[in-house]
Amino acid sequence: MLRDITIGQYYPADSILHRLDPRVKFIVTIVFIVSLFVNNTWTAYLVSTVFLAAVIKISKVPFRFIVKGLKAVVILLMITLFFNMIFTPGTPVFHFWIITITKEGIVTAVRMGIRLIFLIIGSSLMTLTTTPNQLTDGLERLLKPLEKIKIPVHDIAMIMSIALRFIPILLEETDKIMKAQIARGADFESGGLMKKIKSMVPLLVPLFISAFRRANDLAMAMEARCYHGGSGRTQMKPLRYHGRDFGAYIIAAIYFAVCILMRIFGRYLL
Amino acid sequence: MSIKLEHVTYTYNPGTVYEMHALKDVTLEIPQGQFVGIIGHTGSGKSTLIQHFNGLIKPTEGKVLFENQDVWAENYELRKLRFQVGLVFQYPEHQLFESDVMSDVCFGPANEGLTQEECRERAKEALNHVGISEEYYDKSPFELSGGQKRRVAIAGVLAMNPKVLVLDEPTAGLDPEGRKEILDQIAWLHETRGITIILVSHSMEDVARYVERIIVMNEGEKSFDGSCKEVFSHYKELEKIGLAAPQITYIMHALAAKGLDVDLSAITVEEARDSILKALGKEKPCSEILP
Ligand SMILES: Nc1ncnc2c1ncn2[C@@H]1O[C@H](COP(=O)(O)OP(=O)(O)O)[C@@H](O)[C@H]1O
Ligand SMILES: [Mg+2]
Repeated sequence: MLRDITIGQYYPADSILHRLDPRVKFIVTIVFIVSLFVNNTWTAYLVSTVFLAAVIKISKVPFRFIVKGLKAVVILLMITLFFNMIFTPGTPVFHFWIITITKEGIVTAVRMGIRLIFLIIGSSLMTLTTTPNQLTDGLERLLKPLEKIKIPVHDIAMIMSIALRFIPILLEETDKIMKAQIARGADFESGGLMKKIKSMVPLLVPLFISAFRRANDLAMAMEARCYHGGSGRTQMKPLRYHGRDFGAYIIAAIYFAVCILMRIFGRYLL
Repeated sequence: MSIKLEHVTYTYNPGTVYEMHALKDVTLEIPQGQFVGIIGHTGSGKSTLIQHFNGLIKPTEGKVLFENQDVWAENYELRKLRFQVGLVFQYPEHQLFESDVMSDVCFGPANEGLTQEECRERAKEALNHVGISEEYYDKSPFELSGGQKRRVAIAGVLAMNPKVLVLDEPTAGLDPEGRKEILDQIAWLHETRGITIILVSHSMEDVARYVERIIVMNEGEKSFDGSCKEVFSHYKELEKIGLAAPQITYIMHALAAKGLDVDLSAITVEEARDSILKALGKEKPCSEILP
């Protein structure tokens, strides 16, 4: 029941995208997100759509799987679009009570919607094709320079990778405890809000206890293997750039350059 | 009055890369009052199988019948089924959540809609049956030892007065003494309450001396189903799927192969001793001969 959440989930497949260096994927994702906000013409959105579609195709992740991740944020998306629509001044097209929808509002909302959806698809594509471990490795390497100003980059990366690792474990645990309590006649579905909140106690208490127990065990296991933070720690699979990684950088750079050019010469485009 | 599974197939995460066929065409019937052991290697589908018994998961294909009614039929009250088929999960102590033992055991009966008085009655009886004495009633479940916690958790299911009690590896993680204690208590429950008991385990030795019927699971399929004697006679096949018959079975088969007329269905050391002595023509057990 909780397994529908795909954000932050890894989808194993054999594609170039999966094999790319996590640093590349991270930077290209950021470039892509920035490009969405550089875009201000429909032509530019079309270019971004083509770029995204091509990446999805290469990734070998089924489209259906990517869309499933969108479901979780649909409400958030709706609210954003709604407020964009009613709070943008301009030529009114629709009026009801105190709400006025304007032509400009609709355009802004549609653009905002496209940006948000692309943003979510783009970033989930990164997490779907990169294992959590690779992701934090990449992040650690990218942020390494910050150690100069005394930011504990390694520790932050380690916390992140443990947190990511724990998400599926805790989901599984939730599933198990939920089933165990349902077997004792617990009812998580019916009743009003108060009753629903109360019915969560038999789920949440064991879940917290289990999370603390696991954290404790993990800390012990790490200490037993002499973990003492990042200094002097080597990696089993150090990150190294390959030809394909430079290729990906070049393609992303070209894409971004096109986006900027379209922005500059926007007035000649649709 | 029975649990019936007809051609049950169960697939986890169908249609994704994580697709896993956990059960494949399982058909079985467990009559009321039987003491059954379900045995199989880790990952053979035991836990998946038993979650069908009280309607926690819906078979991908096939039917589950309780007392001849399809539990996945449109208007079947699944919640009522859960009070009749009590399911004790593996490591049940992980589901304890109340501040004291009494309230935790009362959780099941209270969900059934009983009054506080009735709940307490049921809880007392259940705790008594698993050997938790009155002095523990007001203690926090988290202060108890591992074995005690588990017994409190079992009492939590028992307090619903189920007709069928299913236990998933109730002895996992306990020391030999704790294991024997729990199993003895379960056997005693079977006798006094006359309920069906379905005991899941990956250890033949544990289960063999208690149950009257063994169902062997292997890679999601039911590979053997019958009395202990029948199942253990396949000890060579059992070995191939990572299980072993009780050690006594091996000795008895070896002796029989040498031409000694011993009882191949012996499971405990005592039974084996008596049977060997009889085959050798000596009626009296050693202990009675020795000074
Ligand atoms: N919640 C789940 N999601 C996906 N696969 C599962 C889940 N639970 C069990 N499985 C898989 O189904 C198979 C059978 O598991 P299970 O019924 O737990 O076996 P057993 O109890 O005999 O060890 C295993 O291969 C296991 O990995
Ligand atoms: Mg199991």
